[in-house]
Amino acid sequence: MGSKTPLYDKHVAAAARIVDFGGWDMPLHYGSQKEEHHAVRSNAGMFDVSHMTIVDLHGERTREFLRHLLANDVAKLQEPGKALYTCMLNENGGVIDDLIVYFMDENWFRVIVNAATRDKDLAWIVKNAAAFAVDVSERAELAMIAVQGPRARELAATCLAAEWQEQALALKLFTGMEAGDLFVARTGYTGEDGWEIVMPAARAPAIWDQLLMADVAPCGLGARDTLRLEAAMNLYGSDMDETISPLEAGLGWTVAWEPAERDFVGRGPIEAQRDDPSRRRFVGLLLEDKGVLRNHQRVVVEGVGDGEITSGGFSPTIGRSIALARLPAGDYDHAQVDVRGKLLNVRVVKTPFVRNGQVRIDV
Amino acid sequence: MSELPGDLLYTSEHEWLRREEDGSVTIGVTDHAQAALGDLVYVELPEVGQDVDSGGDMAVVESVKAASDVYAPIDGTVVAVNEELADDPEKINADPYGDGWIVRLQPNGDIDESALMTPDDYQSLLDEEES
Repeated sequence: MGSKTPLYDKHVAAAARIVDFGGWDMPLHYGSQKEEHHAVRSNAGMFDVSHMTIVDLHGERTREFLRHLLANDVAKLQEPGKALYTCMLNENGGVIDDLIVYFMDENWFRVIVNAATRDKDLAWIVKNAAAFAVDVSERAELAMIAVQGPRARELAATCLAAEWQEQALALKLFTGMEAGDLFVARTGYTGEDGWEIVMPAARAPAIWDQLLMADVAPCGLGARDTLRLEAAMNLYGSDMDETISPLEAGLGWTVAWEPAERDFVGRGPIEAQRDDPSRRRFVGLLLEDKGVLRNHQRVVVEGVGDGEITSGGFSPTIGRSIALARLPAGDYDHAQVDVRGKLLNVRVVKTPFVRNGQVRIDV
Repeated sequence: MSELPGDLLYTSEHEWLRREEDGSVTIGVTDHAQAALGDLVYVELPEVGQDVDSGGDMAVVESVKAASDVYAPIDGTVVAVNEELADDPEKINADPYGDGWIVRLQPNGDIDESALMTPDDYQSLLDEEES
């Protein structure tokens, strides 16, 4: 028996297939993972992401602390509500976790980290916070629902008190706001527009029901994974971990190198790797033969070397198999993947595969 | 509660067998198996004429979630495969005991039914797995 979110009874009532995810009993799907996937691409779907760990950081030196702790630079966050995606690195430059940090006010930042990494993340944050006199509080009493899809904001707005709707619908990408006892942010993990709504646990079941009434489809972790794969968004533990630098996980864009004097944790090792010509590539793959690419399959680049698929699966939007892979350095756009002893052909493609309902690669 | 036709034989690998009048045996995966796999997206079929050994893998069904081997429940030769699954693997989800059949084998000699499960045996297995 794992931990249960405040929406667990809703999932069971909707005949969800429940699976263990990082110690949580979570819905995998409610009948058809593919239909849930398409609902998000074409209309709106919702995900219970209450298992994720919300941590509030308070103190006058919080910004200074986060400029030390995180590889991206919270100096970019100047307007209250503004969010930033970043990695939190260890001293060797490996990724402890990826997270979103929100600037609430000068003495209050909010970070949302992965559920499966909760314990080590909290320990690392607390350990580093002491020197900055920053108070670290986990907000386990909060629930979170991600509403995603082209109609997500329009449909989810009906769950907000009338006084907040206009302002919430005007939120810019990667920005959040408090709306009474809710926190609404225009963020997500699907490659579609939408909101992530943080709320007191006690309100979560009623808001879930309101969203159902508004024609938002309940979606499980299965669809969440195929959607994020199409959007080429990394999954911690699959695409990167503590032995992998953000540069070898396609996350170089999240590292703020300037100003050069900002001494964030892990900077030295990843700076040394930055201009290393042997640094591995992190790419998207499209399967040209029939079959399905899966995590950990070996990628063979003739005359160059071997690599590995870090996330593979079937793309319901494209109707073909796609993957993210870490491959040896080199200039090539074809490779082969060892699928049960057979070498299948793949093409290296520019990610994302899908964004805002549109296929973005040549198929 | 998964559907369980009474005129079929079953295996602990969640496959079903139907003995056809011409002596061949049709094989597929059970309703329980397709529900556990989730939406099917790809099926790798054997060649017609291929010999298979009981317990050996003869096909692969891949869902959005994972790949799963389909094992030969008996020794035999592949006499037909369900070609329609190539374009429409979800037939297995929609009709696991009918349009979603996977392989037809011509058995080598007599079938040892004691190595297979009756519907009641298989139901007991499902009940055990549930608990």
